[in-house]
This record gives sequence, C-alpha cells and structure tokens, in this order.
Amino acid sequence: MSLTYLEAIREAQARALRDDPRVFIYGQDVGAFGGAFKATKNLAVEFPGRVLDSPISEDAMVGMAVGAAIEGMRPIVEMQFADFSLVGFNQIVNQAATMYWRTNVPCPITVRLPFGGTSGSGPFHSQCIEAIYAHYPGLIVLTPATVEDAYSMLLEAVALDDPVVFCEHKFLYRHLKAEKLPDEALPIGKARIAREGRDLTIVTYSAMVHEAIEAANELSSEGWEIEIVDLRSVKPLDTDTIVASVARTGKLLCVGEAWPWGGVTAEIISRVTVEGFELLDAPPQRLNAKDTPVPYHHNLWAAHRPTARSIASAARNLLSQ
Amino acid sequence: MLQTALDTKPSQDTKSACDIHLSAFRYMLLARVLDEKFAALYRAGGKIHGGVFLGRGQEGLSAAIGVSLQKGDVFAPLIRDAAGRLAFGETVLDSVRTYLGSAHGPMRGRDGNVHRGNVHEGLLPMISHLGAMISVVNGILLARRFQKKFGTVGAACIGDGATSTGAFHESLNQAAVEKLPLVLVIADNQYAYSTPTSRQFACDNLADKATGYGVDVQTVDGTDFSACLKVAGEAVSRARRGDGPQMIVAKLLRLCGHGEHDVADYVDPELKKSPLGRDCLKLAQDFLIQKKWLDETQLAAMKGEIIHEIEAAVAQAQREPAPDPFSEVWRALASEHLSEGNAED
Repeated sequence: MSLTYLEAIREAQARALRDDPRVFIYGQDVGAFGGAFKATKNLAVEFPGRVLDSPISEDAMVGMAVGAAIEGMRPIVEMQFADFSLVGFNQIVNQAATMYWRTNVPCPITVRLPFGGTSGSGPFHSQCIEAIYAHYPGLIVLTPATVEDAYSMLLEAVALDDPVVFCEHKFLYRHLKAEKLPDEALPIGKARIAREGRDLTIVTYSAMVHEAIEAANELSSEGWEIEIVDLRSVKPLDTDTIVASVARTGKLLCVGEAWPWGGVTAEIISRVTVEGFELLDAPPQRLNAKDTPVPYHHNLWAAHRPTARSIASAARNLLSQ
Repeated sequence: MLQTALDTKPSQDTKSACDIHLSAFRYMLLARVLDEKFAALYRAGGKIHGGVFLGRGQEGLSAAIGVSLQKGDVFAPLIRDAAGRLAFGETVLDSVRTYLGSAHGPMRGRDGNVHRGNVHEGLLPMISHLGAMISVVNGILLARRFQKKFGTVGAACIGDGATSTGAFHESLNQAAVEKLPLVLVIADNQYAYSTPTSRQFACDNLADKATGYGVDVQTVDGTDFSACLKVAGEAVSRARRGDGPQMIVAKLLRLCGHGEHDVADYVDPELKKSPLGRDCLKLAQDFLIQKKWLDETQLAAMKGEIIHEIEAAVAQAQREPAPDPFSEVWRALASEHLSEGNAED
C-alpha cells in the first residue's frame, strides 16, 4: 500500500489520539466532515468526543487550546489554512509562546497550518508564514518535506512540552506518496541531507525540497553535483548541518517559498556568513517568492514562487562564480 | 432556590450573611490599602519600575467575585482586581513581590505588576491583550470536562473596553456553544483609559451582548457590594450546577486614572457626582455599621492588621534578591534540547 503526505498526517493524529488520552483535536469542520482537506477523516467516529468542530474563531480556538494545555491536555488545533492562523496570531505568539517563560508551566499545543501555494488558491489560501512564527521566542516551527517526516514530526510535535507551529504543505498533500510509515526518524531539530553533492549546497525546506531535487537532477546532467539540505525544522535551525555542508561545497544557495524580506533564507545566510565566512568561495545567494501577494492565475503563480527551473538558473549563476 | 454566597456557599455552609459580607469587606479594604501603598511607592520613585494600576471604586465587585469562587475554581482577573485576587487566595506578599520585582515572586521578575498569577492554583497571569484570557479559561474548563472533573467554575474579568475586542466575542460565543461553566464579569467603569463608553459601544446596555450569544446575564450596581455579592454568588452557582456561561455587567465609575501615571482629568465631573461615582468602600462600611455587623473599634482594628500585613510584606519583598541577569536562564522553551539562540552564552 502507499500513503500520501496528507494520509500520513491523518495517521499521525489517529495514533496520537490512540496512544495518549490527553490528545484532542479542535478546528473548523474537523469533526464529522473530516476537515477541509480530510486530514481528520473518520477520526471523530473512531475517537468520539475528542475531535471537536470549533466556531470560526481562530483567536478563541488557540486560547482554548492554551487553557486545555496548561490543564494537562495535548490539544491539536487545525487551522483551515495557515493564512487564517493570523487571526489567532495573538494567542499563538503572546499567550502560548510566553507561557512557559513567564510561569514555568509548559504549554504543549500543536497548531497545524496547511500552508504554501497551490495553483488557483490566490492571496489568502497560499501564504508561507513560518518566518513570522519563528521570529517569536517560545515557539517551535516545523516544515516537513516528506511523507515520513509529516508523520514522525507531527507525532513528536504532540509529545513536546512546547507550542509547535506545524507547517504542512498543501502542494505536497496528495502529490507525495510513500510505501509505508516510518519505524524510526531523525529527531526534531536535525536537518537532513536530502541529496549529496560536492559543488554547491542548496538549503531549503518543505515543498521547495522537491523543486531543488528536480533542479539538482537537471544540473547533474550538466556535470554539477548539488547537495541539498532539507531543514525539516526552521526553528530550531540546524546550523551545524548547514555549515558542514557549506564546508564540503563552498557555495550556498538558500531557497524559500516565502517572501524575500527577512525570513528563513536571510537567517541562514546570516548564520553561515557569521559562522562559516571563510568556507564560502562566492557570496551566498538566496531565492524566494516575489515580493507581492501570492497570485491566483496559474501563469502568475508558477512565476511567483521558485521552481526547479529558477533554482537551476540561480545555481548555475553561482556555480559560474 | 438558588444557592448564593449570601446563604449557602457550598464550601462554607455555615457562613452567615454577616460573615460573607465582612469577609468581602476585609478584602476590599485590604486591596484599597495595598493599592494605596503601591501608588505611594510609585510616586516615591525608584521602587517600582513600570506602571501601577489601581482598582479604586471596583473593590466591591472584585471582592464579590473572589469570595464567590472556591478552591479548585479558575480566576482570570484583570488590572483592577486586587480585591478579587486576594479573596481567591493570592497573598499580599506575592502581590508586593511582583510589583517590586523580587526573584522569589511568582513571576520571578520576568513579568510584573498586574501580570501575575499561579496557574497551578487556578489564578491566571493575564497578558496585556484585552479579552485574551477568556478563551484560556474556556480551555481549562473544557480540559476538566475531558478529565471528568465536574463542579468547578471559571471566572474572567474584563472592562467595558474589552467588549469591543474580537477576542471577547469569539470566546463568549465559544463558551456558549460548549456550555462551559464560565462567569464573565464586565466592570463597566465608564472609561477605557480615556475613551468614554459613548465612543466604545452604541447599544443601550452591554448586557445585550450576552443575550446575542444566548448567555444568561445580570446587571448590577457595582458600587453596592452587597448587591454584587448576591449577583456574583447566583451566577457562580448557576454556572456550577451546569446552566452554562453567565455574564455580569456591573455599572460603576473608575475612581482613579487608568494607571497612576494618568491624572484622568477627562472624567466627566457630573459622573463623579452621580450614583456611579459613589465609593463602594465607603458604602460598604456604612452598610456594615448600619447593620451592626461592624463597629468603629473593629474597623480600626481591621485597618491596623491590614497595614501591619502590608508593611511586613513590603519589608520582606525589599529584603529579597532581585533577579540576576547573569544567573537567569535565558530560555523560552521547556524543551531544553531544542533551545537555540543563547546556547553559547
């Protein structure tokens, strides 16, 4: 049997509900309907009373989860789209993220954010907002790129004592398949070498890992061997694995689907420049989405985000330096 | 027949109306004297960093909520609830420690003044965003339903200003949908900082907002502590027995600035002269003396005890160490192995 990224998320939640009586799911349409993307399909039937439809109230949804968490529960909140989590932003960054530091009481909530662009989704159902959450102390921000990571990292997220923003990419939901669920996994906080190479390091995460692999395959036919680091988690950021890769290749290209100002790619370049400046044979580069809202039409959307083609082009420029 | 704080408080069945009133009054007086001490320390300069926020004029309402709750309940006070906090079990010492920044205080200098609490005791430390604590109380109450712990109540206090926030509407509706034992208390004190209610809302009565969500609501004269005791006790009892969320709207006037930095010259003098402008503490004192539940000698003794308790707490907190930035654990995550940013320090 094979299983999609989306099904892995559903299976991770089923297992969390099965293994831990403290777990419950709260979100819009997650109950009998099974969620807008079906990430909670049949869970309300399998786990009666533990998969609750919420009103369309993102602020109160997260506040409710915070209260339940400090009272000993392990809530999973599903945001229908990452973009809507901004309505609950205050509760995530000011309530959940400050709780442990202020009170010494852990706040173990997992907020699932179906994020990232798909063709035709437009400005308000496509956003990549991991960087604004990563900016706040007290949060863990995860960006799984594979079916296996979607499963194992979601389970680990629920088990952690801290608030986790779990960014699951909608583009990967049905495109990505695996043969089976993983038996073991890298821990959260460790990046993964998705592809080994010697000529240039691409550091990226989530859906862009797959665009980068496609670009690397294209460059391979031209004789270049590209190393790809899949961050897995953007906070914490595994600087050691990144710097070690740059030590091998001497060149760094950071790729993110998010907007260019600040953000994950800028953070990586900052860290590598500080910690590994002497390792760099050329100025580090980055490639992000364009600095406009995410467009609706396929032609515009496909040109707005980095693609295998634009990544390969940026890599060629850097390789020629 | 409703159980109320006035007749049969569940945990203190034998308490008489006299005892309940005297208990509430003592917390009102304690809060007033404590607030005045904080104001004096603030004005003296150097002792308190940041703002000082008083509950003057709101002690009757606040104490009524506090004495109506019992151990095991949840309380999310707002900035003018010293009386309710003390009645709910917060110590004078912890209040003083938080204002003075003692490392031994519940917030360890990481947060201060009114942003204090003890989650394990059910006293929630507020964040500054108005209305944001209500859904957190909802969450605790929902957790208790999951855990099959029944019979407890959660109270949250806000002012008239917070009723304009999305958080208020979302969380009141949420409590109604889940039929949670929430008691939401609105101190309609006529001003949100400097903004009069005429610029805050256009309905006749804030109670209408509860009706819109299918929530039971009572309006009370917030200057009358005895009326507040009755209404708060009834609301808490209804929530406790499973009647769903309850709202209380108390009409009163803030008898101080928003904080001690605020001279509040924008307050309408007519309001100060109106019944809303009466001092709940003076009214309560007159009530108790007229009822012969308290005489001048007892009152003087009570004041003496309170002043002594507060002075002792201030002296102790001042002897305690301040937080030390060199030994501080600069880590916002509970998961130490995932913490980054300061590992090299």
